[in-house]
Amino acid sequence: MQRRHFIQTTAAAAVVPTLLGGLPLGAYGFSPELYALTGGATQTDRVLVLVQLNGGNDGLNTVLPLDQYSALMNARANIAIPEAAALRLSSATGLHPAMTGFKNLFDNQQLGLVQAVGYPNPNFSHFRATDIWTSASDSNVTITSGWAGRYLDGEFAGYPTGYPSTQDPDPLAISIGSVVSNCVQGPSVNMGMAIASTSSFYQLLTGSVDTAPNTPAGHEITFIRRVVQQTQVYTTAIQTAAGKAKNLSALYPAAGKNALADQLKIVAQLVAGGLQTRVYVCNLGGFDTHVSQVVAGSPTTGTHATLLGKVSEAIAAFQDDLGLLRVQDRVVGLTFSEFGRRIKSNSGNGTDHGAAAPLFVFGSSVNPRIHGTNPQLPANAAVNDQVPMQFDFRAIYASVLKDWFKVPQSTLDVLLPSAGGAFPYVPVIRPEVVTGTNPAKLNVAGFRVWPNPVREGRATAGFEARGGHVQVLVLDATGREVRRALDRTMTVGPHQLPLDLSGLAAGAYHCQVREGLRSSSLLLAVE
Amino acid sequence: MDRRAFLRKPVAGPVAVAKPADFPAIQTIPGAASGEEETVSKFANRALPDTARPTGTLAPYTGPWGATQAAHLLRRATFGPTRPEILAAAGKSLSQVLDGLLTVPATPAPPVNGFANDTSVPMGQSWVTAPFNNDFEFWRLRSLRAWWVGQQLQSPTLTEKMTLFWHNHFVAEFDDVFESRYAYRYVALLRRSALGDIRQLAKDVTVEPMMLRYLGGNQNRVGAPNENYGRELLELFTVGKGPLIGAGNYTTYTESDVQAAAKVLTGWRDSQTDINGYYTDSRHDKTTKQFSAAFGNKTIADQGAQEYKALVDLVFEQPSTALFLVRKLYRWFVYYVIDADTEQAIIQPLAAELRQNGYNVAPVLRRLLGSQHFFDEQSVGCVIKSPLDAVLSAARQLPVSMPPATNVLAQYGVWDWLVDRATVMQQKLGDPPNVAGWPAYWQTPEFYEMWINAVTLPRRNQYTDQLIDVRGYTRYYTGGNYRLLTDIVGWVQALPTATAADPNLLVKELARLLVPVELTASQLAFLNDTLIPGLPDFEWTVEWNDYLAAPTNATKKAAVDTKLRALTRQLMGLAEYHIS
Repeated sequence: MQRRHFIQTTAAAAVVPTLLGGLPLGAYGFSPELYALTGGATQTDRVLVLVQLNGGNDGLNTVLPLDQYSALMNARANIAIPEAAALRLSSATGLHPAMTGFKNLFDNQQLGLVQAVGYPNPNFSHFRATDIWTSASDSNVTITSGWAGRYLDGEFAGYPTGYPSTQDPDPLAISIGSVVSNCVQGPSVNMGMAIASTSSFYQLLTGSVDTAPNTPAGHEITFIRRVVQQTQVYTTAIQTAAGKAKNLSALYPAAGKNALADQLKIVAQLVAGGLQTRVYVCNLGGFDTHVSQVVAGSPTTGTHATLLGKVSEAIAAFQDDLGLLRVQDRVVGLTFSEFGRRIKSNSGNGTDHGAAAPLFVFGSSVNPRIHGTNPQLPANAAVNDQVPMQFDFRAIYASVLKDWFKVPQSTLDVLLPSAGGAFPYVPVIRPEVVTGTNPAKLNVAGFRVWPNPVREGRATAGFEARGGHVQVLVLDATGREVRRALDRTMTVGPHQLPLDLSGLAAGAYHCQVREGLRSSSLLLAVE
Repeated sequence: MDRRAFLRKPVAGPVAVAKPADFPAIQTIPGAASGEEETVSKFANRALPDTARPTGTLAPYTGPWGATQAAHLLRRATFGPTRPEILAAAGKSLSQVLDGLLTVPATPAPPVNGFANDTSVPMGQSWVTAPFNNDFEFWRLRSLRAWWVGQQLQSPTLTEKMTLFWHNHFVAEFDDVFESRYAYRYVALLRRSALGDIRQLAKDVTVEPMMLRYLGGNQNRVGAPNENYGRELLELFTVGKGPLIGAGNYTTYTESDVQAAAKVLTGWRDSQTDINGYYTDSRHDKTTKQFSAAFGNKTIADQGAQEYKALVDLVFEQPSTALFLVRKLYRWFVYYVIDADTEQAIIQPLAAELRQNGYNVAPVLRRLLGSQHFFDEQSVGCVIKSPLDAVLSAARQLPVSMPPATNVLAQYGVWDWLVDRATVMQQKLGDPPNVAGWPAYWQTPEFYEMWINAVTLPRRNQYTDQLIDVRGYTRYYTGGNYRLLTDIVGWVQALPTATAADPNLLVKELARLLVPVELTASQLAFLNDTLIPGLPDFEWTVEWNDYLAAPTNATKKAAVDTKLRALTRQLMGLAEYHIS
């Protein structure tokens, strides 16, 4: 079914204004309480968020192959993350210690990991490799359109002529960043609306522009900037959506501290505000870590740790926000980078351009597991040894399009042409979501415990209840219940409760929250 | 045409012929009045700006001379200078550059039939003396407009900028008169007079068949005067309209002067047979014409076919004529705000100079364009490019593959497209909206801001996007098509090697070409991030040198090509790109 028909047939349900005492919600302005009370804007449409990590992310220091450590140390002793520092996802696989947010998401079944994603005959040029990833072409073929752009072009024929329309009032795609992502480049025009920067987004909401100097030239520049802003055809749609929702998560860092978080905040706000935009592209640069990827002698710190920390922090906050905004089941995201980096590090405590690397999928609807196995590293990697590819990145695209956007195989074959034929299916989306047999929301929204590690036996647990019977349990490593902090019916909304963990031996514990069928758990370190 | 009805009149002009189907549909812009195109932005001036003004006088500019200054001069004096043109000018002295600009180029060969739709004249042959043919006038006028834009594109001279100035001054509308041979004669007159004697041009244009038709001079005869031309000659072409100081008294002229002027001009008609204006003595009013105190109560006695010259001489004796012309030149080349200081320091001395040298415009242009005032920092970048300037400067400054002269169909087809682009941006060459010319040069307080609104700005962007597109832009016309390709990589390769290989130098260099003002550090960083998103600077050098080492490798070329197109698009998306 064409996307437009889907909207049409569901529009009646989607656009009926939420009433409160006979007044439309909008008349009250936005308040989180009111938002929670009324259940938020009813939305049925699915959103895909692409997070581009520019520069080529070092996969072997992101997802740690714990069963390969001697080979890893042989190849990159100067930068390798100490095994003990890994945030374990399984007995064999860990995350960079800066990615605590991702670890939490994984524990809460909101993160999936695909090992060693790449494509045959990898290209090591940033520009070309980016074009390959965004256009989804074979390595030796040039395609000028982007994969998501082709998908949107098929769904919204004739764009941009006749858009925006009553039926399709919103941007088809939004790309945040100085470059309009090639991902959403259609065969003839870009399908995306560009938001040059987070500050230009907020200017768009207020109708303000950067002022130019008080000179004759500056006077005209300011005038033209106003018209530039006015002629963003989707200004009204964006303003309307942004006016209906505000970010609710407290996990976002302060504005300006984490560029990706700043971008994802916008996405969460617009999705929650009911914008029907299908694809968002965000990006974070700086992954081209040839030099000083880590601080010499302290491999868990440095440039790469900072970057991974930002990715993890931003996406964790985003998921938390989506949960609080009650739109988490509408959104999935994936990260990608134009390539991974070499197995062997260089002498500058960095890594050079490489091949396959892990890719993350996030959201309440993703299959929260590790796809594939740890890369098998040569015992003594040579300079040019690469991480071999396990999954073609286009297999991930195809599977997401198929499961998330219901694109039939025949269309996928056209959207993702390859000399190698159709791509294998990878279940990155939860099977229940795909089959519709069970809703995705299996977790308890907003569940977190702080501080973690727990010191002096005291911590606080936070979660959002739906009005049912809630249990908060602490289990030891063997699964034995050691504390029951809560066991009663809770009112709808956010709650915090003290966790008394005094008297517990130092070590790892699981803190689990349950409400009906929903549950979430966290790994707690008690010191 | 009643210019007072301007704002109610569709800008494209009263074209009776349906637009060909190859004009792309235009997106509806929210905010534009339904069914009507926005012609004035809601953000345009409500009052004249009171920003700092240039302090420089008419004294010759003697400050630094380099690419920055040369670019400023050429942006105003021509249509979008290319980098080689700017560098060549920077390599000469200001005086030499002005000499070059004021050199009258050879008269171009007349337009030819470049449209397969016109079957009355063989392809590639001129129609300028062919019999009038109502079935094909539409195509001949398109040919003339296309050819004219072709001259502007190919001839980076002050002559072309001044030819357009005179078209905007001594206005006649192609579509109103609908006689292609007259239109060509009129344009040829403006071009050959562009840098010459304004008084002579005023005389010539008065009996030009195009003008005789356009303002009803051909109907002006003894006993049944048509005052239209006489009025516009005074109000819009020469002395200008001053404050109303009495019944029918506009300070610089009165209603009785309009009537007297009309009588002087009786007897002239146009001949489609001879393609000229001619005088018929029996239609001429032989009485002595009495002018008001505004003209020193002078009289003009019957002088037959020569009498119109006496009228023009009389109005050019008026100091207000020189002032009026100089103000118009100032607004064309420098800025629209003429405050008391500008009036005193620039307008009045220039007007005096214009009169002293017998209304020869060239020395006045040399003085103005070579002045401290013109090169004052505050004079840079304060003009909004007219649509023609916008269209031509992009086509000139980008490395666009124009069709060869041997391919007449393609050449006219592409030129025609450029005309059309300017038209949809609300400036149709050959058809100013009315006899007052384009309001960007007289409508206060908006002035240049008339050019930019919610309709025209997206069209400007659409046009530059089409030029930048990696697949090029294909112009379809009857009998064929031509693909305009823009060799962005070659363009950058022509820069100094070290500049092309360094992302920051490269961004600055392209910005200097395309933008008249300095960009801020954050704007430059933003542009840098367009070229190399999220990457350290050296990666551009690596990728660029990889391409240079294997220039025939399509993959390596495509890698840098994509980024350079993105950068160029970003530059052309800046508000600063639209100023000159």
